[in-house]
Amino acid sequence: MDGLLDHADVVGQVLRHDEGGHAETERSSAPTRKRAPAAKREPAAKAGGRPPPFPFSAIVAQEEMKRALLLAAIDPTIGGVLIFGDRGTGKSTAVRALAALLPPMRAVLGDPYNGAPQAGARGQKTHLVPVPVVDLPLGATEDRVVGALDLEKALVSGEKAFQPGLLARANRGFLYIDEANLLEDHLVDVLLDVAASGENVVEREGLSIRHPARFVLVGSGNPEEGELRPQLLDRFGLSVEVATPGDLPTRIAVVKRRDAYDRDPHGFAAQWRAADAALGRKLVAARKRLAMVETSDAALGRVAELCLHLGTDGLRGELTLMRAARAFAALEGDAGIADSHIRSVAPIALRHRLRRNPLDEAGSTVRIERALAEMFGP
Amino acid sequence: MMSPGASAELPALSPWRLAEMAAALLALDGAAIGGLTLRAPAGPVRDRFLARLATLSGDMRLLRMPAGIGDARLLGGLDLTATLAAGRPVGERGLLAEADGGIVVIAMAERLEIGTAARLAAVIDAGAVAVERDGLALTIPTRFGVVAVDEGLSEEEQLPAALADRLALRIDLTALSHRDIESDSLCAADIAAARARPAAAIADDMLASLCTAAFALGIDSFRAALQAVKVARLSAALFGREVVAEADASLAAALVLAPHATRLPAVPEDAPEQQPDTEGDAPPEEGEAASGETPRDLDDLVFAAARAALPAGLLARLLAAGGRVKARAAGRAGQMQKVARRGRVIGSKAGDLRGAAKLDVVETLRAAAPWQKLRRGEAAMAGREGLIVRREDFRVARYKQRSETATLFVVDASGSSALQRLAEAKGAVRLLLAECYVRRDEVALIAFRRSEAEIVLPPTRSLVAAERALAGLPGGGATPLATAIQAAGALADAVRRKGRTPALVFMTDGRANIDRAGRQGRAQAQADALAAARGLRGEGFNAILIDTSPQPQPQAAEIAAAMGGLYLPLPQADAAGVGRAVGLALAAAR
Repeated sequence: MDGLLDHADVVGQVLRHDEGGHAETERSSAPTRKRAPAAKREPAAKAGGRPPPFPFSAIVAQEEMKRALLLAAIDPTIGGVLIFGDRGTGKSTAVRALAALLPPMRAVLGDPYNGAPQAGARGQKTHLVPVPVVDLPLGATEDRVVGALDLEKALVSGEKAFQPGLLARANRGFLYIDEANLLEDHLVDVLLDVAASGENVVEREGLSIRHPARFVLVGSGNPEEGELRPQLLDRFGLSVEVATPGDLPTRIAVVKRRDAYDRDPHGFAAQWRAADAALGRKLVAARKRLAMVETSDAALGRVAELCLHLGTDGLRGELTLMRAARAFAALEGDAGIADSHIRSVAPIALRHRLRRNPLDEAGSTVRIERALAEMFGP
Repeated sequence: MMSPGASAELPALSPWRLAEMAAALLALDGAAIGGLTLRAPAGPVRDRFLARLATLSGDMRLLRMPAGIGDARLLGGLDLTATLAAGRPVGERGLLAEADGGIVVIAMAERLEIGTAARLAAVIDAGAVAVERDGLALTIPTRFGVVAVDEGLSEEEQLPAALADRLALRIDLTALSHRDIESDSLCAADIAAARARPAAAIADDMLASLCTAAFALGIDSFRAALQAVKVARLSAALFGREVVAEADASLAAALVLAPHATRLPAVPEDAPEQQPDTEGDAPPEEGEAASGETPRDLDDLVFAAARAALPAGLLARLLAAGGRVKARAAGRAGQMQKVARRGRVIGSKAGDLRGAAKLDVVETLRAAAPWQKLRRGEAAMAGREGLIVRREDFRVARYKQRSETATLFVVDASGSSALQRLAEAKGAVRLLLAECYVRRDEVALIAFRRSEAEIVLPPTRSLVAAERALAGLPGGGATPLATAIQAAGALADAVRRKGRTPALVFMTDGRANIDRAGRQGRAQAQADALAAARGLRGEGFNAILIDTSPQPQPQAAEIAAAMGGLYLPLPQADAAGVGRAVGLALAAAR
């Protein structure tokens, strides 16, 4: 039948995404069952011959975007990254590249939410899984985002079972929304709710499911297509503005590398494997060091002073700036937060938190630069 | 500049030949270069072009996609009929998955919604459709070329930028008549032969030339330069060359770079058009850094090809826009009111029936259908029969309508604008209000004098309220233009947040003498007014400045240009004249 996928095809693919998934039902009489074996995803992905993503270390310029993504990966509590700016500047490329950079994480075997092994729990089987970087495509329906009743089971056996959605898959990883400003309002509401609580609650057909959904939200978009809702904007820890680099040699380098990648993705990725691996190690080292980075009262004072000076609303700005500066210090291999760290991350941590004055010609970035120059000297 | 010999070697292709080349490249590997934006009205020329494309494509499928396509058809989802018949979930491929290996032809692409364009763009980028719909989670690989047929008549009606950016080729057949059609120079066998050839190589200096040309033409997106490289490669393959030749680069410049141009290339002088490296930007690699030293004649050649193919209207548009083609006003289509109760149905969403939401019965039944077996099992125990619809099935219709316009008048009530002008402005507002009442548009009035700008009339449709506010409007005093522009911007922003499209009508002589801080002084006041006007431009509002002074003032024209607005000197205008001018300007802007 033209236009119809055969059943096995559809179900196979569904299962591939929810490897080993079974419902964690509360107050539900429905039995839970094991599904397809967990190993199914990898071979299927390889058999499809999907090219490797563009290597992170091969991204030319766009230092601010790269830094923001790395900081969010070092300390997830920073709270996500928003990348707004010109078309064709490699926003999506950078996010997908980051996914390949991240070292695998340990998760409980068979847990559809990639739960972390509990300390001290005996007999728990764990395995290494790639850190999930889940795409939330435009046009996704709510049932797939939050999870819903397993349609197949309902139809075939009249059985109630929970089929986890994208939020479940993104737990402990990243949730990426390209063109975040075009996302349907009702999905934005769901995201705001879940991002705030770190928990996804589904009530449907008498099922009552709660599962952890802690993820780093990464959004990208083009401001020409409309603004982001302020509530959603506030959810992002860091905000990056990307623009096309102005100088010609950089532009030529970008086009050259991208062209080389498009012609031979595997060969190109192989060339950069060592650089990506080194960056990956740096990331792991930074994560380990993070807890040891000293946050002195002087540094906190600087952070508070800067936020006060700029008049950012609420405490979120200060907290984010402090965390971002600490993550940056860890990335740089430094023992404590210095002025240079604060200075480097202040624009991305505060840019979207300034009270908007549409008629002040100087944008937020300029205002922050000005304040930094006043505080730290030129 | 280009050497005289160069143009003799590479004769410029006629518009029809250029179009034929575009069709050939599209047939060769449309997916690699995104596709083609085809600006052409319905008619024999367009039909002939599409027929050529079909011929050259051989056995590739050409699928037509309507601009108003819904997600279910575009991306795929659950096939409810088949699902219910089979008693298990059956997925349905969307159009984009079906198009794998073929070409998608979008009719009336200028009507495409930003969201649809963004979905298409995501699929093109990923080379796969990600379906996360109706309980299905699928990734279906698909590669296709796109032909976006753009029938837009005005500048406002354009293909959404998200999609336009992904389509490498652009041709405009508007000016062609059937007499311009030439005999075929390529056939499907040529394409098939080119497909069998290995990819052509491109020399570093050729790649650098294409990037340089893109830069000089003010093309900000990297995609255009990258696409030009790909088009040059395909062109080489088409002509059986192993290495990209100058002719290929010229073709890429004409088909890809020139149509994306946003500024006229400066005539290259002796100094290469290159900024010195800034310190933070260490050139990444030896070979890549050296590319600034491209042989000049090669650059010239690519330039010449691009320049020859620059759209005829570009210069005029550049002049009108003050040096740079204005990007499409920010978020215009995004301004569509989403929480509307009337207008066109654009789909449905889960929701309850509180408030004035309207139930979408069909969608609700669709949502309930798959669960019937499950529910019947439970209902049988409770002794119930028939269709069981629950609250979570409720789908409410979502509507979309063109947002209404709110015209904000910003009237100079200072002494420099004579009191008589104020009377005319009042009259014009009254006239427009009557018109707006018919069109269900709103009107607001901000008056500025002394050191402040005051919202005399908040956005309203009420004739009575407007009359009352107007009657009490005093005049005289200084001209705090910057403050007024700022206040107008804030009000326009508020209006836009409510889902209406603001249009700003300034009536002033542009002679500011109070700065933003409220101090006297013409120079600072003027600078502040210009700064505020530039800020307004960034917001992308429609703005008109009516110069009310007896002699047109350069300051007023400057401020109009700074806010990206239309400048209308109306020294002798009466109320009816102003009303008419504003009506016309707004109609043109819509």
